[in-house]
Amino acid sequence: MTKDDVIAALLLVRDPEIPTISVYDMGIITNVDVLSDDDVHVTMTPTFVGCPAIDVMRSDVEAAVRALGMTHVTVDVNFDEPWTTNRLTEAGRAALLKHGLAPPEQFDTLTLKLDVLNNVACPYCGSRDTDLKSPFGPTLCRSLHYCNACLQAFEGFKPV
Amino acid sequence: MNTAALADLCYRMADDELVLAHRHSEWTGLGPILEEDIAFSSIAQDKLGHAQALYAIMHELCGEPEPDTAAFMRNAEQMRCSHFVELPIGEYDFSLVRHFLFDVAEYVRWTALTQSSVEPLAKLARKIHGELKYHLYHAQTWMVQLGAKGNEESHARMQSALREAWPYALGMFEPGNHEQALIDEGIYIGEAATQERWLAMVAELLAPSTLDVPSTTDAQLGGRKGYHTDHLQPMLDEMTEVYRLDPSAEW
Repeated sequence: MTKDDVIAALLLVRDPEIPTISVYDMGIITNVDVLSDDDVHVTMTPTFVGCPAIDVMRSDVEAAVRALGMTHVTVDVNFDEPWTTNRLTEAGRAALLKHGLAPPEQFDTLTLKLDVLNNVACPYCGSRDTDLKSPFGPTLCRSLHYCNACLQAFEGFKPV
Repeated sequence: MNTAALADLCYRMADDELVLAHRHSEWTGLGPILEEDIAFSSIAQDKLGHAQALYAIMHELCGEPEPDTAAFMRNAEQMRCSHFVELPIGEYDFSLVRHFLFDVAEYVRWTALTQSSVEPLAKLARKIHGELKYHLYHAQTWMVQLGAKGNEESHARMQSALREAWPYALGMFEPGNHEQALIDEGIYIGEAATQERWLAMVAELLAPSTLDVPSTTDAQLGGRKGYHTDHLQPMLDEMTEVYRLDPSAEW
């Protein structure tokens, strides 16, 4: 059993709130330690501290690694390495777009100004002539926008 | 590490977050427009998460009860929240003003805690810091919208809500019983410094709203010592009603 085998399994574990993306591509897996052929330690971190999906994702991750035939599997959730949207993989960004969510751009976490949310690229037509309607959406990690070019409301995955 | 001082700080912060989360959630389904309904519900969920993370730190580092027990099994006199968060949601102007004044304080607190000598608290603070800018953005947008860009009535109502909220907001900075230990051990900067930074930030963010910062310095105190308004216990009864039916139930 190698680390790549474990990651391959995690690429099949879906985010329960955005099923087009895997937990791995979401960037919430912060460490995978294969200690022996039968002993794996996984560390993960929630997108938002109050994310209600973290317990479900934690047990899905544990089940996926056990399905590889491992009996000693521990999955810790902590904030040692905090999640930011910069942790999303390229495949993850594509998966968000496929779900109709504007993916967040890379940014410097210390200097982020929320003005950037006023010209998020529309996931339908690509125009940047868009407005932020609300920084809060149907889940903690999403925001609401409107595209003035194609007159379509859309959701964004907000940069944190 | 001074676990008594740490627990005192965490209870004050966590109880504020928990009680205000519940108050904010009372707007769920009732917000004046759909986006605001969602905003208050989301902010409530974030605050609940912050409270849970703080209860978890107290459980691990200070030997306090499990997070659910700490949150749901205490009565009013055991709570350390400020009176500010206990007050009913009132009209939307009051809820917005409370959201603004509380979240500026919350931002100041978590920013200071990124430098805490208690490493798990500092790590949590660095994480929460990123979330809070959305709360502040939302709060300030509405202060400016209803203050400077609204009409005479909206301005008057926001100013009146600010005046009503102010003494309660000052009550957030009532010190706990271990103030000097928290400062000496580098756990937290203390309430006096928090209030000073809060006041500066409130003034800065309110400037474009044309609303005046109230000048009264009278503070509603008592919450940090376990003395509360009559609003708290009925709210706790409602919040904990289901949990207390069977505290051992697995959810």
